[in-house]
Amino acid sequence: MTDFGLMLAGLARKKLRTILLLFAVFIAFLIYAVLAAFQSSLENATGPSSQNRLVSSNRINFTESLPIAYVNRVAQVEGVTDVSYSMWFGGYFQEERNFLLAFAVEPDSYTRIFSELNIDPAQRQAFVDGRDSILVGRQIADQYGWTLGQQIPVSSNIWRRQDGGNTWPVVVRAIFEGDGDTPTNSVYIPYEYFDEARAFAQDTIGNIHIKTASADLNDQVIREVDALFQNSRAETETVTEEAFNAAFIDQQGNLGLIILGVTGAAFVTILLIVGNAMAGAIRERTGEIAVMKTLGFTSPRIARIVIGETVMLALIGGLIGLAAAFGIVTLGQTVGSQFLVFFGSLKITPEIVATAVGLMVALGLITGAIPAWNAMRVNVITAFRRI
Amino acid sequence: MTGEALIELRGVQKRYKRGDETLSIFDDLNLTIPAGDFVAVMGPSGSGKTTLLNMLGGLDRPTGGSINFAGSPIEKLSESQLSAWRAANVGFIFQFYNLMPTMTATRNVELPLLLTKLSPRDRKERVKTALEIVGLGDRSGHRPKELSGGQQQRVAIARAIVADPKLLLADEPTGDLDRTTATEILEMLQLLNRDLGKTIVMVTHDPAAAKYAKRELHLDKGEFEERLT
Repeated sequence: MTDFGLMLAGLARKKLRTILLLFAVFIAFLIYAVLAAFQSSLENATGPSSQNRLVSSNRINFTESLPIAYVNRVAQVEGVTDVSYSMWFGGYFQEERNFLLAFAVEPDSYTRIFSELNIDPAQRQAFVDGRDSILVGRQIADQYGWTLGQQIPVSSNIWRRQDGGNTWPVVVRAIFEGDGDTPTNSVYIPYEYFDEARAFAQDTIGNIHIKTASADLNDQVIREVDALFQNSRAETETVTEEAFNAAFIDQQGNLGLIILGVTGAAFVTILLIVGNAMAGAIRERTGEIAVMKTLGFTSPRIARIVIGETVMLALIGGLIGLAAAFGIVTLGQTVGSQFLVFFGSLKITPEIVATAVGLMVALGLITGAIPAWNAMRVNVITAFRRI
Repeated sequence: MTGEALIELRGVQKRYKRGDETLSIFDDLNLTIPAGDFVAVMGPSGSGKTTLLNMLGGLDRPTGGSINFAGSPIEKLSESQLSAWRAANVGFIFQFYNLMPTMTATRNVELPLLLTKLSPRDRKERVKTALEIVGLGDRSGHRPKELSGGQQQRVAIARAIVADPKLLLADEPTGDLDRTTATEILEMLQLLNRDLGKTIVMVTHDPAAAKYAKRELHLDKGEFEERLT
């Protein structure tokens, strides 16, 4: 037996109480890990921003369209080295619940500007050359089991075709792997193939993606692009890609604040529950602590054993909570619901695990502090008089 | 097999403050207990028997005077020094056994050995021997609630002797037992004194129990009166 064995014996003293406390800690860390995974994936949903990329959208808001003719005019602005464009497709696969983060893009320029998509050159060329191509992220390909050369129906819940349908049959010609930080949860179809078939709003686009020669030229290019279309029917608002992504994340609400609020409330509640229960448990064990002191255990050593018990309690409950969160996140990832598609790769990151373990240790130390102090103060003579 | 003084109390005073009042338990207590002695301390309630035992075990400090153990004063040791001294030199036996309810007999007996540098293997060997000495070798896996009162007290005795202390302090060790079991426990203490040379100080109210000691000390009004048994 060791001090560790004494900690375990302390926890085993009242099994039901220990199980209930473990459950409380389990719930707290389950909530924390799942919410933190959502926050982390949302922050990464847009992928890393490039310093010399800009996005032009309709000044009213980015759901309003711009004429495709703007693209060539933007390309003429000094300091612009490359231009592409995209249109929100609002896609799904077979059933509406199989939502796809889908865009219609100009294949060549788009994959040139967004080189971090990391596409095999031969596949990229096939995507560019094929009229009815689709470029698919690895996550989506794995989720639906799509392979190169496979024909799939991609439907839109926004756009109608001139023939009355809403499905664009496409062939998987490229699968992009990302570069580690880039999410692979989106798909792209050629704009031309999409635009020639749609029933309305033809020759309009959602965003213009601009690459500048240098980040130092960004301000100048932004001013000149927006000046080009001032007082037109569709004025532009050009921002850096970083600002555009930040605005997108802000649209989802302040998830960080929600996580802080929910987990903070859960933690304070559990702090009170565990702290109070442990203080009660130590009170019950006053006689046993007096015996240990009589045998020669020092007060600091007894305090360490008590704190060890609470830290162990927090670690066991917390790690089970983390494991359950991992299961839920994995399950959520495979479900691919309409909600989850807006998130990047949903996963419990090493940072979340490290923070959670730190919080577990902190929870154990805080909840054990008062009981440990009480245990240190147990007076042997007084305690024996009470037995 | 008594020898040189193991314990010497010289001019020991013990006073308690209760509100504005100061209660004096001992004013000038003197006592010598040779190594290998078996002393029964008797006396009326409130005479200071348990206070004496607590001071001998380093759980309480005298207000004045000195307590020497094997020639060294213990009253000035710090709390942590006293803890280490107790772990090495004193075994305690209580009236209500005071075993850890969640631990088996083996674990209870092993507890004082966690304060030593013995290897797990040596600890296991010592625990086994201690349980065999008290006749509970076959009950090592039982928890206190699975044992009778007499068996629990035997486990407590095994715990008291497992670290091989020189001094055993017993506070009413048979106070919670029937006569037959009490006799077994007292015979066991005699055996520990006689065969293993343990010095024993036993506080008891029971004159029959006191007869098992080599000598009886009657404590009254803070002073000793000695009777040989």
